[in-house]
Amino acid sequence: MVSRKNGQKSNGSYSPQAASLLARGEPMVWLTGFGLVMGLLMVIALVGYLFYEGSVTFWPSPVVQIVTLDGSVVMGEITRSEDFEPQPETVAALGEEEISAAQAELSRREGKLRRSLVRTGNFELTGEHFRWVEDFRFGSQGIQKPKWALIFERTAWGRFYGVPVGFLIDGEIQTTGPEESWKLFNEHSGQDIPPSRYAIRLHTASGETKDLDLAEIVRAYPANQLGLGRKIGIYLDRWREFLTAEPREANSEGGVFPAIFGTVVMTLGMTLLVVPFGVMSALYLREYARQGWLTSMVRISINNLAGVPSIVFGVFGLGFFSYIVGGSIDAIFFVDKLPNPTFGTGGIIWASLTLALLTLPVVIVATEEALAAVPTSMREGSFACGATKWQTIARVVLPRALPGVMTGAILAMARGAGEVAPLMLVGAVKLAPDLPLDQHFPFFHPERSFMHLGFHIYDLGFQSQNSEAAKPMVFTTTMVLMGIILLLNTAAIWLRSRMARRYSGSKF
Amino acid sequence: MPTIESRTAGDRLTRIARGEVVSTTIHPELAHEEAVLDVQGFNLWYGETQAIFDVSMSIPQGKVTALIGPSGCGKSTLLRSVNRMNDLIETVSISGDMKLGPDSIYGKSVDVIELRRRMGMVFQKSNPFPMSIRENVVYALKINGERNRAVLDEVCEKALRGAALWDEVKDRLDESGLSMSGGQQQRLCIARAIAAEPEVLLMDEPCSALDPIATSRVEELILRLRGDYTVLMVTHNMQQASRVSDFTAFMYLGQVVEYGPTARLFTNPLLKETEDYITGRFG
Repeated sequence: MVSRKNGQKSNGSYSPQAASLLARGEPMVWLTGFGLVMGLLMVIALVGYLFYEGSVTFWPSPVVQIVTLDGSVVMGEITRSEDFEPQPETVAALGEEEISAAQAELSRREGKLRRSLVRTGNFELTGEHFRWVEDFRFGSQGIQKPKWALIFERTAWGRFYGVPVGFLIDGEIQTTGPEESWKLFNEHSGQDIPPSRYAIRLHTASGETKDLDLAEIVRAYPANQLGLGRKIGIYLDRWREFLTAEPREANSEGGVFPAIFGTVVMTLGMTLLVVPFGVMSALYLREYARQGWLTSMVRISINNLAGVPSIVFGVFGLGFFSYIVGGSIDAIFFVDKLPNPTFGTGGIIWASLTLALLTLPVVIVATEEALAAVPTSMREGSFACGATKWQTIARVVLPRALPGVMTGAILAMARGAGEVAPLMLVGAVKLAPDLPLDQHFPFFHPERSFMHLGFHIYDLGFQSQNSEAAKPMVFTTTMVLMGIILLLNTAAIWLRSRMARRYSGSKF
Repeated sequence: MPTIESRTAGDRLTRIARGEVVSTTIHPELAHEEAVLDVQGFNLWYGETQAIFDVSMSIPQGKVTALIGPSGCGKSTLLRSVNRMNDLIETVSISGDMKLGPDSIYGKSVDVIELRRRMGMVFQKSNPFPMSIRENVVYALKINGERNRAVLDEVCEKALRGAALWDEVKDRLDESGLSMSGGQQQRLCIARAIAAEPEVLLMDEPCSALDPIATSRVEELILRLRGDYTVLMVTHNMQQASRVSDFTAFMYLGQVVEYGPTARLFTNPLLKETEDYITGRFG
């Protein structure tokens, strides 16, 4: 052993055992790398999951028909499947045939049953949107995909699933077969359909017949006859509708355009408000104020302000901006409308102001750092040219600090665009089809309440009546919100790099 | 009048180090020069610490005057006192006065902004502003309210020619001043300083951050400026002082020890202390 060691040393080649791991610093490399990898993995998992769920939402799935053991028929789209452990008494309460089928599956799969959630639609007939169907209930035919099962997306009552059995014009039946009815449907659907003129007669899985007015149908397609091209067409059309249309069905259908618009206007408004205030405050603190314990106190307070829960800012915004400031505006300018508030309630201007207050510390701290990084020699150079303090600040210090100020603005924007809690108090609402900008005088309506993507996510995920239908929309809405924040940030970073290039040599 | 005997009259540097105030040995040649800047019994303190002791000297018109001396001897402080840059430091207090032409610099009713406009300053590290080359040069005029494009362009060209930079940058006047090389940046700062036709040009070790080639270009430039401008420069490079200056003042611990024509001072100084410093036996 010893002789081998000596032999290794004597040949003079580098031996990795010679220096300890710690001495070579490798544990630190691994530790820091591990931190980065963990963080990245979590972000990638989150974004990947969101992206996956969000992108499959609008893909048209086939319509299945299941005839259960008790003879009832279920038609719809399977949204997901899962295993569950049933209570013994639930199994005992079933019919004879089902008990034996369930028991067989239970013994085969170690006490678990499989079930699928089927979107059955036809809410006005059945009183439900979704139904759980356990696998053991499947009859001998299993899952069928009827050729003429159609999916209808409507302006009200959610989706409808059925097989066409006739087409009516002004209440007169024109044809009876499914193919002919679908052909007539396609001929008469399109833009501007007069209400209660055309209708398609459908036969549902539950054995009922229902006439659907064409004017109430948003989209219809034979789900089991689609080729890839048609599927992509429907997928893209649904995205187009999602991004450009107003929401329907308590936000669980339709689009999010008002929310996109509200988010962008509110965020830009907030940025326009917070940057000048933040820069002015930082200028005073850094350039004019005598540095001492008082300025230190102010600085500590500003940093602490960043840690105040955002809902507190929301409460302050509601109390101060909406009720006091808005109430005073109402009392002076909108007396005739009282007691209905105009400015004295939540509105996009108050939301922007509240978020501006919330993000103020970010801008002040970033601007102060940027100002401190401007070399003293530059200020001295300006003073030596006979510039006053303000001329020096405006012409030399601020331009040099501008990229840093932009960094603060970008951070503030990202923080503000993703904030939800305070908005619920100061103007974000479930449904506000009236946009804050429109073609009616005075074009910008700062007092209007608005929709916000962040609040929309909360509303869809936790406040929806039809939560199963709303759930996929949570993912798509989140994707859109992230996309918008990414876009706004990219724009700001592009602007910053342009500025930095103008003053090339400045580092930040 | 100091005589040759004073070369042997005790060790001034030791006396200065003990805290005594030693009178400045001024060469008689300076009496024939017309002074543009006159320092009169000037003292300066950083808080409790005195940095400049009773300095009296006059800077001759149209000549290059160099301040030399070991690090920390107060050369830069004295230079920065001329255009009151030390006002920016809160703890500084002074006594005595300086005169720019007939006007007091530290008088009660002096407008510091106005005063600084009459002087140009070049710093140790080049400090172009974050703006185009053109804007850099005409900065002093613009903040003074000059808006006439023709005037600004003329001044810009004249100043850049004066700073021997025109041929290099005439095609890219609208590029950032920070995009130039270090030597060019320093000459740009000189152009900026002379654009407003200052009565005195103050230079604070203008070549210490430059390589030898850029240094020689700036030195050539200073030689060209002589006659048109009065230059007061600080340098810790004695070869440079001997190459470019007409007059040299040797400072030590906040006091001016000897002040006279550069040729005399470097070849045949009146004081042994100066000779020791120049020949490298001390300092």
